[in-house]
Amino acid sequence: MTSSARPEAPALDAAAREALGSACADVRDADPADHVDGVAPLVVARPGDTEQVAGTMRAAAAHGLRVVPRGAGTKSTWGLPPAGVDVLLDLGGLDEVVDHAAGDLIVQARAGTPLACVQETVAGERQRLTVDETVAGATIGGMLATNASGARRTAVGTARDLLIGVTMVRHDGVVAKAGGRVVKNVAGYDLGKLLIGSMGTLGVVVDATFRLHPLPAASRWVTARAADPAGALALAQAAVHSQVVPAAVEVGWAGGAGAVSVLLEGRESGVQGRVDELSAILGPLAGDVGVSEDAPAGGATYPWDPTARGDDRAVALKVTFGLSGLADVLGALAGTPAEVRGSAGSGVVYVALPSATGVDEVATVLTRLRRASAEHGGATTVVDAPAAVKDAVDVWGPVPAIALMRRVKDQFDPERRLAPGRFVGGI
Amino acid sequence: MGQQEIDAVTAVARRRIPAEGVIDDRTRLRTYECDGLAHYRVTPALVVVPEDAEQLGAVVAACAEHGVPYVARGSGTGLSGGALPHAEGVLVVTSRMREIREVRRADQRAVVEPGVINLDVTRAATPEGYYYAPDPSSQQICSIGGNVAENSGGAHCLKYGFTANHVAAADFVAPDGETVRLGSTAPDTPGYDLLGAVIGSEGTLGIVTTVEVKLTRLPEDVRTLLVGFGSTDQAGAATSAIIAAGIVPAAIEMMDALAIEAAEAATACGYPDGAGAVLVIELDGSAADVGAEFDDVEAMCREAGAFEIRVATDPTERALIWRGRKSAFAAVGRISPDYIVQDGVIPRTALPEVLTAIDELSRSSGVRVANVFHAGDGNLHPLVLFDDSVEGAGEAAEEVSGAILDLCISHGGSITGEHGVGMDKAKYMPRMYTDADLDTMQLVRCAFDPAGISNPGKLFPTPRLCGEVPGRHKGAHPLQAAGLAEVF
Repeated sequence: MTSSARPEAPALDAAAREALGSACADVRDADPADHVDGVAPLVVARPGDTEQVAGTMRAAAAHGLRVVPRGAGTKSTWGLPPAGVDVLLDLGGLDEVVDHAAGDLIVQARAGTPLACVQETVAGERQRLTVDETVAGATIGGMLATNASGARRTAVGTARDLLIGVTMVRHDGVVAKAGGRVVKNVAGYDLGKLLIGSMGTLGVVVDATFRLHPLPAASRWVTARAADPAGALALAQAAVHSQVVPAAVEVGWAGGAGAVSVLLEGRESGVQGRVDELSAILGPLAGDVGVSEDAPAGGATYPWDPTARGDDRAVALKVTFGLSGLADVLGALAGTPAEVRGSAGSGVVYVALPSATGVDEVATVLTRLRRASAEHGGATTVVDAPAAVKDAVDVWGPVPAIALMRRVKDQFDPERRLAPGRFVGGI
Repeated sequence: MGQQEIDAVTAVARRRIPAEGVIDDRTRLRTYECDGLAHYRVTPALVVVPEDAEQLGAVVAACAEHGVPYVARGSGTGLSGGALPHAEGVLVVTSRMREIREVRRADQRAVVEPGVINLDVTRAATPEGYYYAPDPSSQQICSIGGNVAENSGGAHCLKYGFTANHVAAADFVAPDGETVRLGSTAPDTPGYDLLGAVIGSEGTLGIVTTVEVKLTRLPEDVRTLLVGFGSTDQAGAATSAIIAAGIVPAAIEMMDALAIEAAEAATACGYPDGAGAVLVIELDGSAADVGAEFDDVEAMCREAGAFEIRVATDPTERALIWRGRKSAFAAVGRISPDYIVQDGVIPRTALPEVLTAIDELSRSSGVRVANVFHAGDGNLHPLVLFDDSVEGAGEAAEEVSGAILDLCISHGGSITGEHGVGMDKAKYMPRMYTDADLDTMQLVRCAFDPAGISNPGKLFPTPRLCGEVPGRHKGAHPLQAAGLAEVF
């Protein structure tokens, strides 16, 4: 089942270049901005449609080229650096909202479409794709490849729960789709689930269809301070066990204290009633409860600068846990300079350690977080970090069922052409 | 494959499973010959009813070792023949794995065995203020393991989603007999979402032996309306207006006149007299929101031509309204000796057009069709009525039933919204998907089950063998030559 090693291509030969050029209208040399987490591609191919993506992949297959797909590149340093990149497949040219069927509450967009453009289109009919833009400019394809999600995942889940159809280009250039344009559909395997969060290692997503939700008329954030991890847990538990239907339950944490913020959305009359109800629940636990139309500081973004690319960027971690584990996770960070933001309502928080943090200290924090998250049915992964840190620690951590995952990879990409080495277990 | 291999698996089963859980007596085997789609019948070579994951895993491992196909079965309520046994294989029944191991309110999770009945999860969670959201009409008898296999939905998936949205983790016996944990209590488990691929794979990728489900907070308020309309067009217009107003009800169900007649005959549910269609609309959430939404929904229904609106104010009245809807399939038995339960999906906005087309199909063929459907998400359940004692009636009904699926496909919909492909619809898959699509899905199968022993013959029409290059057939595959061809 293991794949044979492929010979290194020192430079793109003329025949390969010509094959790419005839498959894809826009092929150019790579520049430093095209590097994928420090790894330089030989060329950048920017296809204009699905057929050009397929042609590019066929050319790559014929010439043994490794391919890394990219949307806007907002998360291109996430995960492990690729073992090598010959062709950076820039999907920015696949930028189109193909269809917004408002009456059916669905939208179809090409992979390179910025999420914000999709939101703008569907907002015209007072609808939204209920996935937060966690990094400005992020595309649909990049969001799927990383399963990026923000605060609003508490109520409706992530893109995983909203994707209803997907078209992909395989390693060999074959175009395949799964799902469709209807929300309810159990015909065949749900390939979309496998592609989400796969970091581009199974295929190139070129087109996706999602279910939409109505855009709420009103929204309010109810924020309560917590002086210690137990206090944060008590607030988060009170919020999730309430009947006010939180759209988000966020936690912000630094220096051993922080706040829990609950987002209530809906029609104006209902939201106001729920704000009062929730304030009455949280008040006795926190003393002071604030209500605002604005998101708490940081909102649905990460506690690090997602645009930083240099060796001085922060160490970015993702910690997941069963909801009751919040206090233990926050407690594991006691005495560290960590800043935390994330969804206490779904059990996913992001942790930033300042760039000055030594590798040994990162490793220590990682170990503590892995213990705490594992005790509560979760995991800790390194989302992004300077090369020295990625080299020194286990970026993805232990992954159950890795053998089965390798078998999936072997089937979908037997020659390890797609984003080799970026994912779990070196997949 | 032959008796020798079955005997080998039987020997392992007898060693590991108490005697009453190993069935190879011909008469008793026959009680397992079909699932909820009773016109397909196959007697399995062996039935095992393990008590725990270890026993189940041992049987699967033995099947893997001896190349014997196996089929998993929960309560056997599936409507697409997904649990139809294999004549030369083992039927693995999970009905003795019925323990609800824990309900963890703090984590909003429950851990259950696959044979646990869907409704029992809700019953166990209700004292904690929670419930299990997916609610197929068969929820009083269907099992969680079966729900996982079929990615079951139900009336309330319009708002709350399907099984795939409500399962966090599972222990899973792969077709090589290995047990692995897929997913986790926490979301976003690192690695490929194998659990997402397994849910809805109809038992073709393996068997879950423990399921950790997500629990949903009980809503503060629930209001159920029964609305009578003169026609399905009016009911459809009301549905469109509700969706366009930005309201997401927990459920919007529609039944046409023939379906109402059947439900009335069977359950005396008291649906409005002379209605051409009824909608069952359920709103849930916080009291303030539900109250406001209710007023809007009522106004929109009247605007669309509703002549009667009844509101359930307590659980008993709510149950009465739902009884008519949830018993609709069986109720059709009161007005027709035989019937086919179809399951197709269309974009919701195509509803009027498709209903008209179904009506024309029915008229031109003389085959009666009763319509019951999840109007909110366009999931149709046409009930095609026939009398099998009349020569050719069954074939005519099959034809109409198939034509309805073609209508769904031509409107960009699906051949199944919740009943699954199983044995029944494998032949329709190429109408919905290209060869490339199906080949790509097959890659998943080959990763999990290269020998093709887990529920073979379901879901896909004669898939190519794992490792075979499409379009290049060179003689017999070694497994074919070895007499294993039919397991694919």
